[in-house]
Amino acid sequence: MIEPNRQGEVWVFAEQEDGSLHEVVLELCGKARELADQLGVGVGVVLPGRDVQSLAKPLFTHGADRVYLVEDDRLAHYQTGSYCRVMSTLIEKHRPQIVIYGATPLGRDLGPRVASTMRAGLTADCTDLEIQNVTDPRTKVEHENLLLQIRPAFGGNIIATIINYDWWPQMATVREGVMPLKEADTSRDGELVRESVELDESVLALRLIKRHIEPRKVNLKGARVIVAGGGGVGSKDDFELIQHLAGAIGGAVGASRAAVDSGFIGKEHQIGQTGTTVRPALYIAAGISGAVQHRAGMEESAKIVAINTDPDAPIFSVAQYGIVGDVKKIIPMMIKAIKEKQ
Amino acid sequence: MPYDSIVCVKQVPDTANVTAEAMKEDGTVNRAALSAIFNPEDLHALETALEVRDAHGGTVTVLTMGPPKAAEVLRECLYRGADRAILLTDRGAAASDTLATSYILSQAIRTVGHYDLVFCGRQAIDGDTAQVGPQIAEKLGVPQITYLERVVDLDENVIQVQRNIGQGWEIVEATLPVLITVIDTANRPRPCAAKKVMRYKRARAMTELAGEVKDDLPEASDKQRQAELERRSRSLQDRGLMIEQWDLKRIGAELERCGIAGSPTKVHRIQAIVLTKEGFTEIPPTEEGVRQLVHELVVDRTWG
Repeated sequence: MIEPNRQGEVWVFAEQEDGSLHEVVLELCGKARELADQLGVGVGVVLPGRDVQSLAKPLFTHGADRVYLVEDDRLAHYQTGSYCRVMSTLIEKHRPQIVIYGATPLGRDLGPRVASTMRAGLTADCTDLEIQNVTDPRTKVEHENLLLQIRPAFGGNIIATIINYDWWPQMATVREGVMPLKEADTSRDGELVRESVELDESVLALRLIKRHIEPRKVNLKGARVIVAGGGGVGSKDDFELIQHLAGAIGGAVGASRAAVDSGFIGKEHQIGQTGTTVRPALYIAAGISGAVQHRAGMEESAKIVAINTDPDAPIFSVAQYGIVGDVKKIIPMMIKAIKEKQ
Repeated sequence: MPYDSIVCVKQVPDTANVTAEAMKEDGTVNRAALSAIFNPEDLHALETALEVRDAHGGTVTVLTMGPPKAAEVLRECLYRGADRAILLTDRGAAASDTLATSYILSQAIRTVGHYDLVFCGRQAIDGDTAQVGPQIAEKLGVPQITYLERVVDLDENVIQVQRNIGQGWEIVEATLPVLITVIDTANRPRPCAAKKVMRYKRARAMTELAGEVKDDLPEASDKQRQAELERRSRSLQDRGLMIEQWDLKRIGAELERCGIAGSPTKVHRIQAIVLTKEGFTEIPPTEEGVRQLVHELVVDRTWG
């Protein structure tokens, strides 16, 4: 734990794999810039790895003032111990007031270990971050400019706002895709700060034997149109209708957890709290009842069309257009109508 | 060679099945109407530990922190083959965030004594934080391996694990002791064994037993109840059916690191998600209706 440090920077952990930055990092840089401007402090990004200096440039153009570069051959592959040592050493040295990580599998592995090492707080899977003055209801003390860490909880049935009065830094993991990716400002530059961190055997306890990365086949986050099917589609065969409609309008195929659990389609298509969060221009929800867990991952879509046999399905509460009817009848009608238009 | 495992399990409200009955008039969730279940990924953690014991020998100890009612999940562990069950219950542990929770659990694990492996489910469905496993590992000073998909090899105190890293997988190796978090695709948890259910359905923790005595002897004096409680607990003890019950003192926890005092994060505000029926345009389920919808979407350039 560090003492509250109102001059401290807002930090982002830069996740990279084999020399390419994870998309979420630039999303976080944009948010960090916003928070730092409100606080009147700088944005720092911690970038550990091997031969990763070239990644500093996009960090600067997306809002970083300072990039703390930690290059070491032993940091080529992520492991919890060594990366945790890097983060906790630098946090103690520079005392940032806020540290944010992407809520990726890696960020969710690293963040808690750092928090425990520092005896600091960490809020998982935030969907928004704000700065506000907060009065502690117990002590009546007003705390200036605290980080409000906003996240769904209880299976997505509630939204909790978490704060951390004095066990700093204030840390959070932030879900991918929820902070808009801002355009690069190519005129921006910043300061590259080289750091070296001592790594001993104790933080390099894991030996990597083999690694297999699958190419991303499904690009849900980048899709302008998503056609998603749920348990109400009925069967794996009928789920092909979803694929046909997506094909007809050039959209990506999404699915609810019910559809994935029923084996209609692979998990990489899952949208919702435990899947991908999306915000396309058009989201067609077919045979999806709209459990909160699902809605949490798609309700930011610009336009939502819901098709369901149950007129009381919660999905209709977030839809702009609703069709009460059977997916198996409606989708062929849609495909036909689209073909007519083309 | 045999390995001793400790599995951390949690009883959680069934947040994944919020049915219409669990919704209140105002559209918020009625928590009391949700059933309490065995946190799903913890069952996979238990299964992994049982498989290690089946293959190599050793023991499986299960540990839960929660209210007295949480002993229910310990019985379910015994039905599936756990060797020893410990209920950690103490009002001082209430309202702990993940840091305080992991501190308490790490103290309990130290109190258990020897262990080679600690298993946790990746995350619990009430909070979905996935933080307690890694934080216990840090408190114990052992390496963590998150998101186990399968144990590739375990030999001479060295474990090889395939872990899911989102976009693929990796196999890592570590020397024991180590803490591992398990995901739901790792295995199929075994069902309860009928013989074990028959044997352990009477297993109780002391706090449960006290509640039962109170219910059974509403008219009795405190002294009579105490005598009855002692009689029943001795009887269970003799048959190996007492679930061990620990409090914070028993595990040597510093109270200022537990509960609210030990939690850096505070809940500032809770907003229930309210399902509002905002107006949406209802499209008739006919060819004409659908054609009209497609037309509107093209006109306002949503696509096309």
